[in-house]
Amino acid sequence: MTIKVQNLTKIFNNKKVLDNISFSVEDGETLGVVGFSGSGKSTLLKIISKLLNSDSGNIETTKNSDIAMTFQYSALFDFLDVYHNIAFPLLERKEFKGKYTKEELKKIVAQKLKIVGLEGIENKFPSELSGGMQKRVGFARAIVTNPKIILYDEPTAGLDPVSSTLIEDYINELKVELNASCIVVTHQMSTITRACDKVILLYEGKIVFKGSISEFLDGNNPYTRQFITASIEGPMEIKSTT
Amino acid sequence: MIDVKDSLVFKSALLLQREAKSFLITLGMIGKDFVKVMYYILRLRVNLMALIEQSSRFAVDSLPITLAIVGMTSIIISMQISPELAKQGAENYIGMLSALVMVRELAAIMAGFAIISMIGSSFASELASMSVGDQISAMRVLKVNPVEYLIVPRFLAGVIMMPFVFVLSSFVGLLCAGYVAKITADLSMLNYVDSLWRGLYVRDIMIALLKSSFFGGTIALISCSSGFGARGGAKEVGEATTRAVVWSFLAIAIWDYIFAAMFYL
Repeated sequence: MTIKVQNLTKIFNNKKVLDNISFSVEDGETLGVVGFSGSGKSTLLKIISKLLNSDSGNIETTKNSDIAMTFQYSALFDFLDVYHNIAFPLLERKEFKGKYTKEELKKIVAQKLKIVGLEGIENKFPSELSGGMQKRVGFARAIVTNPKIILYDEPTAGLDPVSSTLIEDYINELKVELNASCIVVTHQMSTITRACDKVILLYEGKIVFKGSISEFLDGNNPYTRQFITASIEGPMEIKSTT
Repeated sequence: MIDVKDSLVFKSALLLQREAKSFLITLGMIGKDFVKVMYYILRLRVNLMALIEQSSRFAVDSLPITLAIVGMTSIIISMQISPELAKQGAENYIGMLSALVMVRELAAIMAGFAIISMIGSSFASELASMSVGDQISAMRVLKVNPVEYLIVPRFLAGVIMMPFVFVLSSFVGLLCAGYVAKITADLSMLNYVDSLWRGLYVRDIMIALLKSSFFGGTIALISCSSGFGARGGAKEVGEATTRAVVWSFLAIAIWDYIFAAMFYL
């Protein structure tokens, strides 16, 4: 077990954004988290990554697991070039400061860029890269400390189908390379089917489906059916806030 | 019947309550960031490279505009007072008066205003863009403390560099005032400098240096704190920048009053 989430609840302005959520993700496994906008998916990632605190419940992770997260809009530091973006945690984090020589750092950054198929762009700035390339640099930065848990927030949002396929392939490769537990928040069906091993569907902060990809696609759960067929009719009410 | 909630008094009270709440939240936010910044400074957790970079930005990048504003203001003031003093036969006091006005008040406050509009607004919008673009969250996930990495060097740059900006501004301001006095009051530079020394006191200079340092730190802290607190999108970046500028103006006016009351009353 790498991540075990138990009875997680988060309340914003007297509204339960997450309501008693429980699931686990094993080593080398990817969990897809789907649901309408505002269903609590990103809040869930923020709590796991410790950007937010939960109101109740707990999250267990394997001891000393480093948690990495990639963001919807990459969140690269636009004042730093690609090299310094990727090397950032190794240069600025207390436990890594001074641990690596310049040459070692160069080697590590080059190796991470190779994993995401972007060799030789160390000197470019984020503004010089396409959206897909920025996401891949974001991936390289996330894995530079060899984390055992990787969280992806909408990794394929806003990308063309070919770039999306490429990103999905990298999610699979990184999982194998690091034997990491991954959680992917997405709206894209292709990302669910190509990059995830199991899925949870959130609606109004509750898990309304939890199962494998084949169960998600073939099952008779009215929630998953509505989600897959993108139907307005169904148990999930579409509110003006979504 | 008119609902009480529709009345002007109720709406005004509601607006006042909202503004008061927003004021207290901003004040709390700045106070909290100040405590954090001091915590890192006292533990000597300062990124030297970032400090050098921000210092150069604070002093060097803003200098042309700062000197232009201070220079222009001193020219205008000298244009107003030099002919009048000459008419009264008091042209030998022009230098002294210029030194008193420039060192005690004008150089620091005008440089402060220039720094707010150039550097403060840029700090606020930069950090606000980082905040709404998840860059600050990314920093937290990467386990790098954003207050230590982003605010501490900017705050220290303000504290250290603002006195330098003040010294240069005073010099340029006094030079401009002397030149105008020469033209409008036919006062020789030698006489102007001689009169100027009589208005320059070490105590005034020390107080002004200390005041400048407070101005610099306050501008940097308020600007960074406003940027840090931005959430949402482009609108919030604009609001954070406006908040930084307004609060910085207000804060240095208050500091100026406190210094004047403490040392000159």
